[in-house]
Amino acid sequence: MMLTDLHKHLLNDFQRDFPLSPTPYQDIAERLGVTEAEVIGALSELQGRKFISRIGAVIPPNQIGASMLAAMAVPETELTTVAQFINRFPEINHNYEREHRLNLWFVAVAQNTEQLQTVIAEIERHTGLAVLQLPLLDDFFIDLGFKLDWRHV
Amino acid sequence: MFEDLDWQLLGLVAKGLPLCPRPYAQIGLNLAMTESEVIARLSLLQQHGLIKRLGVIVKHRQLGYHANAMIVWDIPDGQVKKLGIAISGFPFVTLCYQRPRRPQWPYNLYGMIHGKDRATVLAQLAGLESDCGLDSFDKQILFSRRCFKQQGAVYPAKIPQEAAHG
Repeated sequence: MMLTDLHKHLLNDFQRDFPLSPTPYQDIAERLGVTEAEVIGALSELQGRKFISRIGAVIPPNQIGASMLAAMAVPETELTTVAQFINRFPEINHNYEREHRLNLWFVAVAQNTEQLQTVIAEIERHTGLAVLQLPLLDDFFIDLGFKLDWRHV
Repeated sequence: MFEDLDWQLLGLVAKGLPLCPRPYAQIGLNLAMTESEVIARLSLLQQHGLIKRLGVIVKHRQLGYHANAMIVWDIPDGQVKKLGIAISGFPFVTLCYQRPRRPQWPYNLYGMIHGKDRATVLAQLAGLESDCGLDSFDKQILFSRRCFKQQGAVYPAKIPQEAAHG
């Protein structure tokens, strides 16, 4: 899909301060000189192509429930199997392979600490591998969105 | 000052606004709230920092940002906050957290850089380290390889007491 100017504006200009008005897509349309239907259509295309995950709120970690970054050192031959096992838990929302001895990194979010620890204990029990728990102590990041550079898109 | 309903609202808005002409009215239907109540509560939640950002959430990888590095530093505890704030100010940095040290894992400051490719990310990191005076600290760079799962924030349906009082 070729990105149009409308797509690019929608991707870059509305990552924050999304209008809190009854008709936010109409407000955006007026700013960009297009119709509301075009804005909704273009956003829907971007979502369909997975260029955006959603139009929504980013919530500071640990405001709702408990979250944990965790890392494991998994033997290379077992990595896919272990990753797939971990993915089955609905509490896991990120799970990445990284280039390191600690090669599997995931984030778990649960209702509370007990539920979080149950998930981690189950992963350790099933895999026989240790899970390094790295909870958040302080968040320095002020999220202003991410300025996209179109030169290579 | 926030009630269960606010946490439910926050959970729904974290999942995403519907793509329809009156999205806040639509969200309100699920919670028996009017459109104007939804807007007023969201605005209050935003003022109190419970919404960091409301808007379009992009997927870096799909948009050509294929290199993602998590950098971990071992920083003297007294300097973590100052350096964390400094690192956060760089436009290519997409997260910056302090986390506890662990046995054989002395790192306490975590930063994330999303870039088009590995060389760009490493150049950005070098610039950041020299600007912030981080060169002398022990660090590791962990580039991501496969993404096994990445889902939008899925928040637990039931709201924990401690959060409700937070």
